Amino acid sequence: MSSLWPRIEPLLAGVEKPARYIGMERGSLRPEHRPHQASWLLVYPDTYEVGLPNQGLQILYEILNERDDAVAERAYAPWTDLEAGIRRAGVPFFSVDTHRPAGEFDVLAFGLAAELVFTNVLNCIDLAGVPVRAEERRPEDPLVIAGGHCAFNPEPMADFVDAFVIGDGEEVVGEVTEVVAAWKRGGRASREAVLRELATVPGVYVPSMYEVDYDGPFIAAVRPRYPDVPEHVEKRTVADLADWPYPKSQLVPLIEVVHDRLNVEIFRGCTRGCRFCQAGMITRPVRERPAEQVRTMVADGLRRTGYDEVALTSLSSADFSGIDGLVADLVNGQEGCGNVGLSLPSLRVDAFTVGIASEIQKVRRTGLTFAPEGGSWRIRQVMNKLITEEDLYTAVDGAYSQGWRRVKLYFLIGLPTEMDDDTLGIAELARNVVAVGRRYTRQASCTASVGGFVPKPHTPFQWFGQNGVQELHRKVRLLKDALRGSGAQLRWHDPEATYAEGIASRGDRRVGRAIEHVWRAGGTFQEWSERFDLGLWREGMAVAGLDADWYVTRHRNEDEILPWDHIRAGLHRDFLWADWKAALDAHGLPDCRWTPCYDCGVCTDYALEHVVASAVAPAGGSQGTGQDLRAGGDVPVQLRPTRVGAHAG
Amino acid sequence: MRGDAGFPVRLRFTKQGKIRFVSHRDVARAFERAFRIERLPLVFTQGFVPRPKVSFGLALSVGHESDAEYLDVELTHEPGALPAVAGALSGALPEGIDVTCIASLADRAPALQEAVTAVEYTVEAVAAYDAGRPSLEAVSDVVGAALASPTLVTTRTRKGREVVEDVRPAVRRLDVLGPTEHGVLLHLEVSTQPRGARPGEIVSALRAGLVEQRVLRTRQWIERGGARLEPLEADPRLSVLPRADSRVPEVRAS
Repeated sequence: MSSLWPRIEPLLAGVEKPARYIGMERGSLRPEHRPHQASWLLVYPDTYEVGLPNQGLQILYEILNERDDAVAERAYAPWTDLEAGIRRAGVPFFSVDTHRPAGEFDVLAFGLAAELVFTNVLNCIDLAGVPVRAEERRPEDPLVIAGGHCAFNPEPMADFVDAFVIGDGEEVVGEVTEVVAAWKRGGRASREAVLRELATVPGVYVPSMYEVDYDGPFIAAVRPRYPDVPEHVEKRTVADLADWPYPKSQLVPLIEVVHDRLNVEIFRGCTRGCRFCQAGMITRPVRERPAEQVRTMVADGLRRTGYDEVALTSLSSADFSGIDGLVADLVNGQEGCGNVGLSLPSLRVDAFTVGIASEIQKVRRTGLTFAPEGGSWRIRQVMNKLITEEDLYTAVDGAYSQGWRRVKLYFLIGLPTEMDDDTLGIAELARNVVAVGRRYTRQASCTASVGGFVPKPHTPFQWFGQNGVQELHRKVRLLKDALRGSGAQLRWHDPEATYAEGIASRGDRRVGRAIEHVWRAGGTFQEWSERFDLGLWREGMAVAGLDADWYVTRHRNEDEILPWDHIRAGLHRDFLWADWKAALDAHGLPDCRWTPCYDCGVCTDYALEHVVASAVAPAGGSQGTGQDLRAGGDVPVQLRPTRVGAHAG
Repeated sequence: MRGDAGFPVRLRFTKQGKIRFVSHRDVARAFERAFRIERLPLVFTQGFVPRPKVSFGLALSVGHESDAEYLDVELTHEPGALPAVAGALSGALPEGIDVTCIASLADRAPALQEAVTAVEYTVEAVAAYDAGRPSLEAVSDVVGAALASPTLVTTRTRKGREVVEDVRPAVRRLDVLGPTEHGVLLHLEVSTQPRGARPGEIVSALRAGLVEQRVLRTRQWIERGGARLEPLEADPRLSVLPRADSRVPEVRAS
């Protein structure tokens, strides 16, 4: 057992937040490594404060350590101060659990939650003493694996990652473990052999097993190099969340981190069908956790962690069947000891939501956040975010009348078909929201946050040419002018960062050279505004001989082979194309959880079903479906008796 | 000054090992979680965000270890046998933080922060800039001269500004204990009032090319009416016999 701690400890005296590097969280393990086990280092390629709460990493940490044939530790990207220190001292990248050198693990597994962390992945591999390019790795080097939402377009990272895991990781990590453990038992002879074996595991994509042919700038074909390597890699999906009540012992960090509270995932997947939302598209179908299991996980989690706040997480938490009853139980019940707070991230915009929020925040009603996303009804139909203005004003009226003072609104700009009237609709909504608030209190305020839209793979908007930097700046200026003196504040995401995200989001294999350049030029922590530098990205694209605008702002045609077409999220390409056309016609599409199936491809191809306890939408408002759901049960509904029966009550 | 309802308790705890890199504030948060894990009958503040009534003593710098940290917590009633509570809390706290003693406290006992007037440290000092192990004789001479001098001036950074200050009034004792593998071990006692001084500031004020390498706080003292008391002895609750505390802090070289 080789611990680097004695060499790390003296370096910590001079760094910011040294507790980032000590481990020792409640719930953490100091596993013994045995020779027959596949050892995983689970790396979140961002700071400890951002990475520690990541639920995916924590789930895999537990599942792997429960296995006899696996052992798992964690690591986070060292901030620039410690990086300088360990490079100077010749200390390699290390795990926080036992401070073991990263290079001694069999697998370095990265969670890719956002594109701008890509350069940090390269940096971590390099700090581990492992060649950053997969083709240069030797049999004694660890296997570099990556998963997470960004793995759904693995191509920009294909040069650096040996194998990607597509979709839910709970089951597939076990299958990968078996392949790696067998390879280890066999003396880790050939890297090529183990990668070829991994390529046959469903849900695993090994980029080196595929040849990409180009026709000028376009992709002509993506071909498997061997007959046993699948032509398409299909995502993995856990059919029933009830089988996976993880994390069982959520980690409790010793320093403050983002989402610093108990987090209980109440469902996975979302079928609201927002066309800009990659998470909603790639995580279908909806799989609710049984309410009883949620209650148990909340009670156990609070008792185990000592937290006084719990978040019920999902992509749209107010959509959970019977959410009002669950919230009332949790708020009024005597869970834990003392005062326990409850939060529901990702709330819809309607009166029902405000009702739940007022149940939760009985005392401190300061700020409430809604995400109408688009400034006009027309653009919201394009996005399929079917919130009516009435929904919004009713929700806001409810919020201000019940004591909230600050309302935050989230919007996207640079959407398909967007005209200046749509953009300016954001200012109008914000002004009207302030006016509603002023009826109740002079202190009413409203902040409109706007972010530039980045089209994402596996969404109906994947063919859309993103707005360039100048155009987004122009739209921000429009809004600034329109909101002057309105009482509403405007905040915006840096259009230059949006552009870099566009390069990485829809890039192909050739973009890897540009990413490598950004990293070599010192461009780590690119999602941190003080470290971000678009100049490096432009330079990198130029060095790679690539036209950045061709990747970012160009509209794609139906017959163009997209870099991620051989990766499948279950959504049929013709469904996505039809939905793209419907978007351009400003036609909405209802939520298939509560209306008949329109066959996007996921459930039918993968023999899956929604797992929902209630076949009707929660009552009140249009629920963002654009339909009149006031009566609650008027929607035609397809019942799925086995699942519903299994989890009712 | 605390209210007279409830059952106030004072704890002594350690902070040793890797946990030394966690800030004072984060140690406080770890205690709040441990209290909830062990379901102590906490008294909460009134207001927007009710917080348990916990007060900490003097902050310990990030990176320093301690055998003698203290906190007061207000409970609604006596939570069973106090030694068992100490053991349970140690189990719920991070490794390196152990509750070594617990005593119930008189109502309206003065807050720790004001009551503690002196603290002791052992400090391992090493040569700055890798200059090799400092000679014991040279350090003893420098220390002797410093103690004989009426002032001991150092520059410290306060809110981003360099301030020249005299730390001599705060230094009560400074002894050279002996050599360590790479440096020398010092024993230091400093006043906390009217103004304290950090071990590192005192070491650098010696102007002997030394820097602190490892610092262990060994004791805290409350001085009242000529008596010198450890915080657990200072304000016992009359209805409960205070637990005698006879543990002598050991001097550790690292």
